[in-house]
Amino acid sequence: MSARTQPHKLLRLAPGLTLVVFLGPIVAGLAGTVLPAFGFLPALGGDGLSLHPWRRLCETPGFAAALTLTLTTGWGATLLSMLVATGMAAALHHRPAGRRLGAWIAPALAMPHSALAIGMAFLILPSGWVLRALSPWLTGWSRPPDFSTVGHESGWPIVLALALKEVPYLMLMMLGALNQIPAAAQLRAARALGYGPAQAWLAVVLPQVLAQIRLPAMAVLAFSLSVVDVAMILGPGNPPTLAVMVVRWLGDPNPRWLFPAAAASVLLLALVVASLAAWRAAEAALQAALARWAMRGARRPAIGRAADIAAGAGIALLALTAASMLSLALWSVATRWRWPDAWPEGFTGANWMRQAGSLAGPAATTLALGLAATLIALTLVLACLEREAQARAGQPSRSLALLYLPLLVPQVAFLFGLQILLVRAGLDGSFGAVLWTHLVFAIPYLFLSLADPWRSYDDRYSRSALALGASRWRVFWRIKLPILLPPVLIAAAVAFAVSAGLYLPTLLAGAGRVATLTTEAVTLSSGADRRVIGTWAMLQAAFPLAAYGAAVAWPAMVRRLRRWR
Amino acid sequence: MAVSALSLRSVGIAIGGRHLIRDLCAEIAPGECLTVMGPSGCGKSSLLAFVSGTLDPAFAAQGSVALGDRVLDGAPPEHRRLGILFQDDLLFPHLSVGGNLAFALPAAVRGRDARRGRIDAALREAGLEGYAARDPATLSGGQRARVALLRTLLAEPRALLLDEPFSKLDTALREDFRRLVFAHARTRGLPTILVTHDEADARAAGGTVLRLAPG
Repeated sequence: MSARTQPHKLLRLAPGLTLVVFLGPIVAGLAGTVLPAFGFLPALGGDGLSLHPWRRLCETPGFAAALTLTLTTGWGATLLSMLVATGMAAALHHRPAGRRLGAWIAPALAMPHSALAIGMAFLILPSGWVLRALSPWLTGWSRPPDFSTVGHESGWPIVLALALKEVPYLMLMMLGALNQIPAAAQLRAARALGYGPAQAWLAVVLPQVLAQIRLPAMAVLAFSLSVVDVAMILGPGNPPTLAVMVVRWLGDPNPRWLFPAAAASVLLLALVVASLAAWRAAEAALQAALARWAMRGARRPAIGRAADIAAGAGIALLALTAASMLSLALWSVATRWRWPDAWPEGFTGANWMRQAGSLAGPAATTLALGLAATLIALTLVLACLEREAQARAGQPSRSLALLYLPLLVPQVAFLFGLQILLVRAGLDGSFGAVLWTHLVFAIPYLFLSLADPWRSYDDRYSRSALALGASRWRVFWRIKLPILLPPVLIAAAVAFAVSAGLYLPTLLAGAGRVATLTTEAVTLSSGADRRVIGTWAMLQAAFPLAAYGAAVAWPAMVRRLRRWR
Repeated sequence: MAVSALSLRSVGIAIGGRHLIRDLCAEIAPGECLTVMGPSGCGKSSLLAFVSGTLDPAFAAQGSVALGDRVLDGAPPEHRRLGILFQDDLLFPHLSVGGNLAFALPAAVRGRDARRGRIDAALREAGLEGYAARDPATLSGGQRARVALLRTLLAEPRALLLDEPFSKLDTALREDFRRLVFAHARTRGLPTILVTHDEADARAAGGTVLRLAPG
């Protein structure tokens, strides 16, 4: 037996350990949610099974409206994002702008959801930047108008804010899937047959991409149906979405609300499972329709214009993202900013100085949680990938669905039960408990972003180093890791950004006692002075953006230094 | 079907100040073939890309391409009606053999039965009767090459561009396929440009041979 087929003892433990770390809390948490949903929670006197929690849930005023709102915003955001991302890919693949797209969407990917939602609120509120810029010369208003945007009962701001994050994410997944097929050559062939670039992309490339982005698209759908922070910041208050309803009940001092909260969590889980099944069916129907469409042979130049419109919408979303970030930055340094002035009266560092004392603690906690989660996740993922490479026994396709599990299960559905278990174990509110819930999300994101580059490493580098007499340990540290440093750093930045942006896991596992920039910014967003919220959300966004920037800049700097020497 | 000649007028292609092709003029009559030969990097594939309208903007190109009295300069590739056969067959993996052919067949052929009939007839003629429902992945290399040719021809091109389409077939198949391609080009009166570095291809094409110097 050759040395290659026998991975190091410690490495052999890696996959099992990793699975326990990131799936353990989900399995335990789901059990802890389902039991109280059927009345079983001995600590609160529920020691038999009953449907009482469900009756309480159904009798809640506004329950039906909350259910509708959850479905319309979740599906609306997902369908809108898919449509825009597909249109952008179809319209831009043959244009120079398409090649630069990756650089445009990276900052949008790094922005935490809640910071983006707060920035968008600053834009779209009746007293927000958009109407300030248009008043009074265009609107004729000298005072903020009396209608609602943020908190509108239809939930459209939730849909818009989710699309800001999901369009870039889906674009990135599509670009990744494109690398698996000879898309450029196939597109040339389709165009030689008389099809315009957009129609060629939709008829030839999209059907091959759809299956490959199934899990990412499902993750988007599950997330949109169960998102909490964005819905709290931008959604209606009464009734809110189901997920927000659960979080409100959990925050109620009266523990009897735990029972309907558990039932609502299980209902949300069922909604997500049913929605994912519906998505799969819709994907199959779309595939069949695309094939029938291709076989009709109709060359339709109008498709190009339709794709251009979708791409225009996508570019408008990117612009909205940039404007949201800018509005956070402006408010954080504004002196006074009266309605309807388009700009603040002046700029000052005073807001930051005043907040510095209260920002420092949560900023340090955010940094510590992010760094610890990234380091642990990176160690586990590198060990798993190395074991796979050494044993050649990897079953990437089978483990892929497991990796997506934390992204498909609604966060409230397992965090609820996990919190109950943590309380019983006396661990709630501890740094370790919060760190563990962050690992549940950091590990899969880090794995998904690193697996492809790691697997496409040319192993002959390592083999030639081994042949020169270097040990396997030395080859890993001196050859393989340095060669793969750029994707490793990007993956680490992704994990850090995920940790820094997590709201609900930090809130529930931390029992409100572990304050990060994200938890504080979301709490403040409901009422504080915009200059105060601006500093918090700005700093919250700055952390992941800085991590991405460093991940990109570091390898480039190392290269440049080497050339100077 | 109206047939017309493909003409290249003073075509020049350069990259980074280096001239690959200078002042190339050619008139390819219907059914005739111009063979362009030369080592890799001499610009022969760039010439085909220029004619088909897919030349990378990194290249600087000048000159004009016309089909009969229709000048093609500036037209997007999908409006040029030039059939292209590539080195790879590029059959779309998500469509059946019949689906690939239906994708090429103009929509002017209406009705499911009429479209089916045209595709079945084309397959029969190429010795692939009954293959319409097959997945392209289950075909042999020679069969895939023939389906790719059928797909190109069903789109009713006005000229044919051959980008080394024989180079990946093994010797015995290569000869059969070559004969088939040129027979179709001649009977349909398609002016053809063949790019290759195989002398046997040039002999089989039987027309003018243009040898490009190494770039």
